[in-house]
Amino acid sequence: MKEFLLNLLHNEIIVYSLMAFVPLAWVVPFALFAVWWERKISAHMQDRLGPMRTGGWHGWAQTIADILKLIQKEDIIPTAADKTLFKLAPFVVFVGSYAAYAAIPFSAAYIGSEINIGLFYVIAISSLVVVGLLMAGWASNNKWSLFGALRSAAQIVSYEIPVALSLLTVVMVTGTFDLQAINRAQTGYFWHWLVFQNPFLFIAAIIYFVASLAEVNRTPFDLPEAESELVGGYHTEYGGMRFALLFLAEYANMFAVSAIASTAFFGGWNSPFGDFLSGPLWGAFWFISKGMVFIFVQMWLRWTLPRLRVDQLMYVGWKVLIPFSFVLVVGVGFWVMIFR
Amino acid sequence: MIPQEISDKLKNKFGDAILESKTDGVIDPFIKVAPGKIEEIALFLRDSEDTLFDSLMCLSGIDYTKGKLGVVYHLHSMKWNHKIVLKVDVSVEDPHCQSVQSVWKTANWHEREAYDLFGIIFDGHPDLRRILLPDDWEGHPLRKDYQVPEYYNGMKVPY
Amino acid sequence: MEAAPAIHPATGKGSMTVPGLGRSLKSEEMIINMGPQHPSTHGVLRLELIVDGEVVVDVIPHIGYLHRCFEKHAEHMTNYQQVIPYCDRMDYVAAMNNDLGYAIACEKLLKIKVPDRVEYIRVIMAELQRIASHLIAIGTYGLDIGAFTPFLYCFRDRERILDIFEQTCGARLLYNYIWIGGLSHDIPPTFVEKVKDFCRIFRPNIKELNDLLSYNKIFIERTANVGVLPAEVGINYGASGPILRGSGVAWDLRKNDPYSIYDRFDFEIPTGKGLMGTVGDCWDRYMVRVHEMEQSLNIIEQAVDRIPAGDVQSAVPKRIRPDASEVYVRSETPKGEIGYYIVADGTTSPFRVKVRPPCFVNLSVLPAMSRGAMIADVVAILGSIDIVLGEVDR
Repeated sequence: MKEFLLNLLHNEIIVYSLMAFVPLAWVVPFALFAVWWERKISAHMQDRLGPMRTGGWHGWAQTIADILKLIQKEDIIPTAADKTLFKLAPFVVFVGSYAAYAAIPFSAAYIGSEINIGLFYVIAISSLVVVGLLMAGWASNNKWSLFGALRSAAQIVSYEIPVALSLLTVVMVTGTFDLQAINRAQTGYFWHWLVFQNPFLFIAAIIYFVASLAEVNRTPFDLPEAESELVGGYHTEYGGMRFALLFLAEYANMFAVSAIASTAFFGGWNSPFGDFLSGPLWGAFWFISKGMVFIFVQMWLRWTLPRLRVDQLMYVGWKVLIPFSFVLVVGVGFWVMIFR
Repeated sequence: MIPQEISDKLKNKFGDAILESKTDGVIDPFIKVAPGKIEEIALFLRDSEDTLFDSLMCLSGIDYTKGKLGVVYHLHSMKWNHKIVLKVDVSVEDPHCQSVQSVWKTANWHEREAYDLFGIIFDGHPDLRRILLPDDWEGHPLRKDYQVPEYYNGMKVPY
Repeated sequence: MEAAPAIHPATGKGSMTVPGLGRSLKSEEMIINMGPQHPSTHGVLRLELIVDGEVVVDVIPHIGYLHRCFEKHAEHMTNYQQVIPYCDRMDYVAAMNNDLGYAIACEKLLKIKVPDRVEYIRVIMAELQRIASHLIAIGTYGLDIGAFTPFLYCFRDRERILDIFEQTCGARLLYNYIWIGGLSHDIPPTFVEKVKDFCRIFRPNIKELNDLLSYNKIFIERTANVGVLPAEVGINYGASGPILRGSGVAWDLRKNDPYSIYDRFDFEIPTGKGLMGTVGDCWDRYMVRVHEMEQSLNIIEQAVDRIPAGDVQSAVPKRIRPDASEVYVRSETPKGEIGYYIVADGTTSPFRVKVRPPCFVNLSVLPAMSRGAMIADVVAILGSIDIVLGEVDR
């Protein structure tokens, strides 16, 4: 896509800006859709209906109505809050999740920036979210927000390790950090996907998914925003569009980790049927569908499971997931050595 | 043990601290006790083998009018499944009574409530402050001669 | 501001010395308000938590935000029957049981005997109300722990009970149904069938609830071994109801000090056995409520077939003027033991009505149970006590 646009416009800055805009054009409508979808899924799981009227068919315009309402709200900043940090925090959180999209290939034809340390970059830049959360919690001048921010910092930082280790197994098998190359290594039918290549990778996929739930603060790891204890955790004091931006960042992050899961383990933009239904646009379709399946599972888990207490959460991260990840790394190493 | 036996046992041990005892003609037999001795009597009733009153069901304040307040203790034994009522009378000028919270921890909050609503002061209570009303409220509402204040912190009280 | 190195009292994990420093760190204790407005305090309750990191050093409950002067109002009523709507509003999620306690106390004062039909209907209503109240307790407890879905399932079932109540007396939440000497309305013709339908539909739902919440590993981790209440401490603090039964004490007023016609029915008293952790932890208290719902279904099924014919208003006295006497009567509400101490002075209005609310007394045990727990545990413990602030504050 980059070459096509360069030939068309001959201006590098505009072309790169357009390339950077594509994930935004995806993330914002996706967030609108995902909020509606979450409300419908949660409703049907709870034996009720969810939005039914806004816009006609099953309330599809509900999120749009909510955004319009949020735009009109008064911008309230607590008097004793640290104003600069308070205003900056949602942007930092959003930038942290959005910057990860630079290296995620939506299809064979489109990737924001084909860097050869793609996976490493993605994991590193999404840690920026922690800084934003801490800023939000601290700047709110509210003890409960502070608790939420602390818990979230501890949680995200701890769970980075199983995330990195399980993705390391993928890197060991494919030999590269570049996400497009990892995708190309899984071309073929669905049994060519990395998740089915060896049993260690299968377990690595599961560990990655569980650890990524902690990265995005979803139940069962949603203690930082535990509604029943901390009211809203780090986003208690945020209202109106600032809250909308934090919310958007959360859904962007959810899709980003789902995208990485599907890219690293489940074939990314490859069609499961080999050459049938493949191509640049079909690639985007497959990629988005796989991301949506993971989003659905994330939402499903949120409405089914209770949440873990912070020390239990740390226990799961440090004493269960990390040892298993180490075992997997060693196991995949041996597998690669023996079977290549 | 039937109430008459309990009353006799208390009279034997505490003599004239037991002011009155009415065990028939009433729905709930009661024993009236001096306010300065109630803690000892309570401990005795809780710990002696044949009474074993380990549960204080209810501790109520009451305003008998004519300058007399009272505290009513309803006791119950989980093992023997018998009940007794103890009553203590205090005067409005000197509303002091011993606290039994060292005997039954549940009395802690009940006595705070009696203090809050009647103004009965329990000696020996570790934390006697208002529980239902705001800490700076004036007056003890459940007394019969209570007048509702006009204003509380600038807000008009009678609605 | 990380949690200082300390030994967690519940798990025993951790260490007192900081590696490299050779001695333990001193840390500032922080005071946090779980203020009157909070999603988990089940009403307007202020909990002042003294915390050291995430570990709670002490809990100081502040109540009185919902004080509506019930006892003062009762003294100014011109009629004993007029106090009943006020009794409803104390524990507003289990109104029938409050009314029942007051009605029985007044009937003992007046020496009235109510007809059997009234007794049977009262028992059915009280047990249906017990199920409704436990459904709220269970649903909101799941919500406190983070499970959003069982809350709605419980409310769906509670709606069926409220429909039955609405058909009988017109009200869903505050009924003014159980009067001194009888009931305000007779049961409608479809009542027996509707109650049987409910029992038939509800039994499998309890099993669904168990599969979803009770035996869920995360739920068990959050509630087992948390907030253990030893039996003697509970009795000394005056705890009653599911929280005392959760500590293993088989004490239920319906069996141990029977009132109304509970001695004619065959049911069991579930107690906590420490299946998932220690006896008297939050899980035990929670499971006692789940089992009590099943036992209530048993009572209802036995009672609904045997309602005798009669007139529910025949024993309602025209003029209530008891002699100067006093009475203390207690009954078993879903939250515990409610006691009414009524002093009559020979006029038509009560001289003193004192209510001993179960939630007030159960709440006083909270500090003893939560010292050393973590903040998230305080929420779990508070939820397992199941308080309704209307009753705590009256």
